[in-house]
Amino acid sequence: MRTQAADKYWWLIFGCGLLPLLALFADIAADNLGGNPIQAIHIRLGDWTLRFLCLTLAVTPLQTVSRWRGMSGYRQLLGLYTWFYATLHVLAYVVADQGLQWRAIVVDIYQSPYIWFGVLAYMIVLALGLTTSNWAKRRLGKNWKKLHRLIYPAGIAAVIHYFWQLKGNLAMPVFYAIVIVALLGFRLLVWFKNRHLNRLLIPLGRKTGSG
Amino acid sequence: MLIKTAKPLPASEITDPLFFYNRRRMLKGMLATAALASGVAPVAALAAEPRWQGLPAGALSDKTLTPTPAALVKNYTNYYEFTLNKEDATQLAQALPTDPWSLEIAGEVEKPGVYPLEDLLKRQTMEERIYRFRCVEGWAMVVPWVGFPLGNLLKTVQPLSTARFVSFTTILRPEVMPGQRTKSLLDWPYVEALRIDEAMHPLTILAVGMYGDVLPKQNGAPLRLVVPWKYGFKSIKAIIKIELLRNAPVTTWNLSAPNEYGFYANVNPTVQHPRWSQSSERLLGDKLFTPRRATEMYNGYGEQVAALYSGMDLRRFY
Ligand code: HEM
Repeated sequence: MRTQAADKYWWLIFGCGLLPLLALFADIAADNLGGNPIQAIHIRLGDWTLRFLCLTLAVTPLQTVSRWRGMSGYRQLLGLYTWFYATLHVLAYVVADQGLQWRAIVVDIYQSPYIWFGVLAYMIVLALGLTTSNWAKRRLGKNWKKLHRLIYPAGIAAVIHYFWQLKGNLAMPVFYAIVIVALLGFRLLVWFKNRHLNRLLIPLGRKTGSG
Repeated sequence: MLIKTAKPLPASEITDPLFFYNRRRMLKGMLATAALASGVAPVAALAAEPRWQGLPAGALSDKTLTPTPAALVKNYTNYYEFTLNKEDATQLAQALPTDPWSLEIAGEVEKPGVYPLEDLLKRQTMEERIYRFRCVEGWAMVVPWVGFPLGNLLKTVQPLSTARFVSFTTILRPEVMPGQRTKSLLDWPYVEALRIDEAMHPLTILAVGMYGDVLPKQNGAPLRLVVPWKYGFKSIKAIIKIELLRNAPVTTWNLSAPNEYGFYANVNPTVQHPRWSQSSERLLGDKLFTPRRATEMYNGYGEQVAALYSGMDLRRFY
């Protein structure tokens, strides 16, 4: 599926996906991260993970609405970026913040329920990242689609992870909660229409409304 | 701003606070420092001479601590009356008029009244107190405060024997404090309180300055509480009222989330916040890859204060 979509837009998205990382490096180099730069790096990466997760989730609805075909290559790319930034977010926590002090990390995670949901979200994103290849897709057959629907629970876990660490400012986690609920709601609606009204929302062929 | 002190501190520990912060922005000498300060905190830069340069450190000042770079302390404050953003408070807080200022002392005292702040300060001896400061959010810093023991002030107004608690109230000025225009998060004005023995403890101070100079507005000018063994939210800013009470008052964070923020709020690495661990802290100014610091019981002041809580179940009275 990548071959099909590896066009100029694919390269454009690929290039844009690296910009947040470059911006972060620039801010580190310019010492532009405020009074608590270690936390700032970590938070910035967490924010981008969540943004890429939302973008990944938005592809299928966009495809349904726009009647564009063959966007799954972009979805895969955005999903891989989600995995990429999630990994950097975790590395920033483990290496830059905790300095690889494993005992302290275990205590911190154990005592911080909000991190449990981050770990849950990451495990899902990791599993999806590892099974992104066509080879895995062929091997998993029907289960591949089921597995990859876990992206929604990942999104919900990520939003809980965000909500629960909150020290005051609700605006952003509420925003992401709305985005994820809306995207999930859209998929449920399409599913409901397909199943119960026995006709497609928009006739797009077999790919619509699944995966 | 150099802290030139007569204290017996090794020279290595009294490094210019701005120097560590950012060598690249640090040009040469005091002029550059003033220029930097003007970029960071415009109004503070107008104060010409540091007010308490060379103030002797009090006996209770921890001389082994290295103060956090002042520029960090001045640009990283939780001041929800202005904003939820720690860095924006620096600018916004400049709108608060702090001179003249009066302090009301009320409740169970012989001499209640509204006192001009200067009159109260004249009767106090200022000291420098270098203390650890630990926020409930998991970050920490070391601040050389300038102030005096709260107990010394309370003695001048003669608490009655019925006074068992001391409450503190922050100024209510929604015209200049945008955060106070909505009560969705916290009920204003901000109120904090201590038990009378905590209030009279010699480590508990009222601060009017830091780093040898007048307290910046974002850090709680003109008068704030500093209780070094408790989480930072107990150390209330911009105090206009101190009241001595028979019973424990309702305090702001405790009212907003009683299961998360207790009345005592003593720093305690073994009692986690319901949503996050309190076992470690990030010391502001740390370089990348520096592990977090293990949080100490009572923020390291256990020797002096543990007796206040002997026999108490600290899981229950968090
Ligand atoms: C897909 C997985 C994940 C996503 C989408 C995610 C997203 C986020 C977001 C959006 C934030 C808040 C940033 C802000 O305050 O603006 C955050 C904070 C945080 N995340 Fe994650 N996260 C994930 C996985 C993890 C994992 C696996 C861990 C730890 C092992 C972790 C640890 C943390 C911590 C400790 C913070 C708090 C930062 C602080 O306030 O100091 N996260 N994350």
